[in-house]
Amino acid sequence: MTHTIDDTRRSGSLRGATLPKWFPWAVAGASAALGYGISAAAGLHSDIQWALIAALLFVGGSFAVSAKVEGRRQARDRTATSLVWVAFLLAVIPLASLTWETVKRGIEVLDGYFLTHSMGVVADSEPGGGIYHALLGTLEQVGLATAISVPVGVLTAIYLVEYGRGRLAKAVTFFVDVMTGIPSIVAGLFVLSLWILILGMGYSGFAGSMALSILMIPVVVRSTEEMLKLVPNELREASLALGVPKWRTILKVVLPTSVGGITTGVMLAIARITGETAPVLLLVWGTNFINANPFQDPQASLPMYIYLQYTNGSEAAYDRAWAAALTLIAFIMILNLVARGIARWKAPKTGR
Amino acid sequence: MDITTQKPAAPPAPGPAAPPPDTRAARGVTRPGDRIFLGLSRGSGILVLVLMAAIAAFLTYRASLAISKDEANFFTTFEWNPSGLPPEFGIAVLAFGTVVSSVVAMVIAVPVAVAIALFITHYAPRRLGGPIGYVIDLLAAVPSIVYGLWGALVLVPHLDGLYGWLDDYLGWTGILEWNDGAPRSLFTVGILLAVMILPIITNVSREVFRQVPRMHEEAALALGATRWEVIRMSVLPFGRSGVISASMLGLGRALGETMAVAMVLSPSFTISASLLDPGGGTFAQNIAGKFNEATEMGRDALIASGLVLFVITLLVNGAARLIIARRKEYSGANA
Repeated sequence: MTHTIDDTRRSGSLRGATLPKWFPWAVAGASAALGYGISAAAGLHSDIQWALIAALLFVGGSFAVSAKVEGRRQARDRTATSLVWVAFLLAVIPLASLTWETVKRGIEVLDGYFLTHSMGVVADSEPGGGIYHALLGTLEQVGLATAISVPVGVLTAIYLVEYGRGRLAKAVTFFVDVMTGIPSIVAGLFVLSLWILILGMGYSGFAGSMALSILMIPVVVRSTEEMLKLVPNELREASLALGVPKWRTILKVVLPTSVGGITTGVMLAIARITGETAPVLLLVWGTNFINANPFQDPQASLPMYIYLQYTNGSEAAYDRAWAAALTLIAFIMILNLVARGIARWKAPKTGR
Repeated sequence: MDITTQKPAAPPAPGPAAPPPDTRAARGVTRPGDRIFLGLSRGSGILVLVLMAAIAAFLTYRASLAISKDEANFFTTFEWNPSGLPPEFGIAVLAFGTVVSSVVAMVIAVPVAVAIALFITHYAPRRLGGPIGYVIDLLAAVPSIVYGLWGALVLVPHLDGLYGWLDDYLGWTGILEWNDGAPRSLFTVGILLAVMILPIITNVSREVFRQVPRMHEEAALALGATRWEVIRMSVLPFGRSGVISASMLGLGRALGETMAVAMVLSPSFTISASLLDPGGGTFAQNIAGKFNEATEMGRDALIASGLVLFVITLLVNGAARLIIARRKEYSGANA
């Protein structure tokens, strides 16, 4: 959209001088060579060092040349461009490494056996075993949490957008925002103090899903709120003008228009809580055996399984941890992709 | 059973029969369907408030049980021994570690994230911008436990070089001095937290930058502004409140991050002047690490520290809200 600026090189006397398009690449090459040469001459070993010297040379060099030829404003523009590129490349490294390591090391033990067996008869330090019990626990806990949070969250958002006036709405908006920031471990501690320490209930999957729904509700509220706000007021007014009651307007006009966005928001919220470990660690407790009943006795869960295998510390356990991490990521990614597919499929024709 | 009435998140409990007649009368028609629907949605809103109140109340109650038995000062003690005789525990080390690791994370992550958001919206070739945004979206969904696993098994072994370099050139500052030992320090935690919150901050900032009215940018371009000047004059002012709220979102996650910290840090109840020395701890990490072996008293003590974390995140969020409210004129969804 904005690269037209340096396209026209020879365009009359109204434009200042511009540097050719290959200029940044030339400076980049020169400063990389120079940086490498300097560090080789000074006997520096670290990759970070010569990269840093080269980067400084690049930014300084292109600024100086450009300031001379094109003027200060263009020079500053070039500096900003190169800083943005550097930041981007810098951020790619860890994120790419994370993805690569997880896939590479996770694929080693991940197979059908791993997905369909529990850790019931396997010693932690030996190879073998699987994540069936953890998968089951995660699905049940997340399912329960979703069943609790989606109605509450969507209705709260409807209240805020369609009805919300006055002090109550302001308070709800404020506390939903505050709730978004609640650390997962605090949600876990709350359920622990109420459900387990005060009411004397045992550790169970349901206790975990209560904590998870505390984390999920604000996310659902916020995303639904955003989506409802995107619905054009003209649609509501048209419906109301036809004499349709407000609640039917909401159900038949507002919600269908935004259902794609709401579904996306809900699925992203599910993806978020699926990976939560801390509350599960405090409330579900964990087990190596299959427990299909989320309302009684400790269960396992995928993120907690990763943690337990990691703390176990043997090579076989690390392998299992990576494989479970890959499974978890795959699950979350599939959720994300499906969510986006729905969003695209259901998107209103005029929407963004 | 009164247990069912106590559980914090009952399904869409419609609140008590919905009789609120305040502004409805002024607006005319009230149909029964309207009334039920309003009741349901208002009930959910109220449930959120009740939930927050309950969180504060129950945490405070259990925490007060523990603190009343604490023989040492809860805020200044460098020790965590709640089941000892006498019980002594304090949060000084935890508060220090939490603040330091989050500050490191924010210092690294916010500028980089804003730059990436700008890259996606304004710098990248358009064919690249979309997919990159998509990938970052996906990365925001990677759970913290996976970041923790990667941090502990991949990042930590790779940090020796960086630590040595920092020690060589910046060791004289005192805070970046490295006296050997595995790089499982608060600084490493900060780096890992930065990596974790980067996608979130980027995502939100990108959305905000994308909403900058085309007219603002084109007006600036028409006046002869360079790309950077367009960004500085129209994109950044418009997106400021969004970036702040994105950063606060990231800060919230960094403050309360549990598993990644617990897996990377080698904790101890000491405060070291240098960020690179292993040791220290954070609220959340301490809770996860000590929970399994804790007695009932120990659990209450951990709940007390969780309450402090809760209050801190509450303050951070409140501050963010205030900043955003003051800049409301910029953050127009309807602009």
